[in-house]
Amino acid sequence: MSDKVLMKGNEAIAEAAIIAGCRHYFGYPITPQTEIAAYMAKRMPKIGGCFLQAESEVAAINMVYGVASCGLRVMTSSSSPGISLKGEGLSYLAGADLPSLVVNVQRGGPGLGGIQPSQSDYFQATKGAAHGDFHMIVLAPASVQEMADLTVHGFDLADKYRMTSMILADGTMGQMMEPVSLDLKVGEPIEKPWATTGTKLERFHNITNSLYLDPEALEKGNFDRYKRYETIEENEVMYEEYCMEDAEICIAAFGIASRVAKNAIDEARKEGIKVGLIRPITLWPFPKKPFKKAAEKVHTFISVELSMGQMIEDVRLATECRRPVTLVNRAGGMIPNPEQILDAIKNANKNGGAK
Amino acid sequence: MVVFDKPHALADIPFHYCPGCTHGIVHRLVAECIDELGIEGKTIGVAPVGCSVMAYNYFNCDMIEAAHGRAPAVATGVKRANPEGHIVFTYQGDGDLASIGMAETVHSAARNENITVIFINNAIYGMTGGQMAPTSLPGQVTQTSPYGRDTNHCGFPIRVCELLSELDGPEYLERVAVNNVKNVKAAKKAIKKAFENQVNNKGFSLVEVISSCPTNWGMTPQKALEWIDEKMIPYYPLGVYKDRSAGIVKGAN
Repeated sequence: MSDKVLMKGNEAIAEAAIIAGCRHYFGYPITPQTEIAAYMAKRMPKIGGCFLQAESEVAAINMVYGVASCGLRVMTSSSSPGISLKGEGLSYLAGADLPSLVVNVQRGGPGLGGIQPSQSDYFQATKGAAHGDFHMIVLAPASVQEMADLTVHGFDLADKYRMTSMILADGTMGQMMEPVSLDLKVGEPIEKPWATTGTKLERFHNITNSLYLDPEALEKGNFDRYKRYETIEENEVMYEEYCMEDAEICIAAFGIASRVAKNAIDEARKEGIKVGLIRPITLWPFPKKPFKKAAEKVHTFISVELSMGQMIEDVRLATECRRPVTLVNRAGGMIPNPEQILDAIKNANKNGGAK
Repeated sequence: MVVFDKPHALADIPFHYCPGCTHGIVHRLVAECIDELGIEGKTIGVAPVGCSVMAYNYFNCDMIEAAHGRAPAVATGVKRANPEGHIVFTYQGDGDLASIGMAETVHSAARNENITVIFINNAIYGMTGGQMAPTSLPGQVTQTSPYGRDTNHCGFPIRVCELLSELDGPEYLERVAVNNVKNVKAAKKAIKKAFENQVNNKGFSLVEVISSCPTNWGMTPQKALEWIDEKMIPYYPLGVYKDRSAGIVKGAN
């Protein structure tokens, strides 16, 4: 077992990215993720990498687009309002099939919102980051260790499928300190013959592009991309189950919400209530199968979220509305406490799934 | 004996540009410079959104199509990906460079990003059918200034070379035109210098090319070239606005 170091979640992401081979970072300061930029500003010049503070989130994501087009691992990070600004670039990255890693350490919204943790960019990340038909792989860490692990995994998946991986964390994950092992497994490098690195007069020119004026060609690109998404849904789903073996009530929660939920589950179990947790680690692709399977035996689902209820829609879809799904939530930077969740568990236990 | 040929860096594909449009001339000048400097194999061009959106088809070097106005940011990424190995140019119109992409333009200049920017100023949005540009002249009639550009209502045109010349960052800023043989020759010289500066690691070089848009100006190609002399150049004087290596700073001629 390797030695562990005490790190902030944001720093763990930065160091993991460097371990994954990322040598280009572009960003713009915004709380609560600025430690990533600060870490990169210190480290990159010492390892022959490039940290550049962009004039805006818009510029940063387009710098990412430029490096990604050259076939190198590249990333940017921001928090909710900044991710909205990056939306245009995310769509272009998708349209041009470029790999990249984008980190969103979420804060409360909408608008300028606040600087406290939130999960209210779930819809944006999983359903509609910007215009056009596209998805990003969305990874939701629930510990500082996972901030590091999923960063490396995100780069590997991005290269493998030629698309953006997003780390969807929240202010708690970014700011909290935990021991972390940096003995991280990085995937084998993938050939990128499409990269615009100069023809050297040895090949026809490569073009990075998302413009197709011929609608049939554009349609084909969309269908091809969605074929790839099917493969991802088949092969790349990640989730954790906790106390699900005999569960009659199933909590759905990711990130910091899942950790609070585990405390509530432990308390409920002491009182003999059979409750478990399914924690999606990939929010897209969403772990539909375990939820569908759970619907065969649990009588109630409870979605615990730091939002007005966004993932709850995916839980309902995955379970085909066969069981009631209730919501335990706080918003605007507030975090549900274990008691709030425990009350909901007790309620569900009392009602036994009656609608 | 061949005395005049298509530059190697220019692809053998028919342009989509309107008759009388000067994009074709500027494309050729860029390709000639790439040939003469022997840099085609390591050059990466960044195309804009606007009339020259499909420039990525017209050059034989590797090409990238950027989002509207973002070409300097994309070029920054490409250059930083391989500072020694890549020669990077952007090719942008006035809406792209001086309106939606002004922040990217100013900041890449301020950083003295070692890239070459070819800026086509024809005082109109061509691709969308002739709307008012940030460089449309006072009184100029366009689809979105049908009674003439009213400076009380929508302000004044932006002189990009003059504006950027206030910055410490950029190495070289020059405004040229392509409306007659003499001006085309001067434009070629400026574009070549803008590429040479990058090869020699001197930094940000921008060449503003006063160009014509007969279709959206509602003129014959000949009249459009004359209009450049009559209206455009008096508002946008030609010349070197900055050449740090030559000691020209804030050098409105």
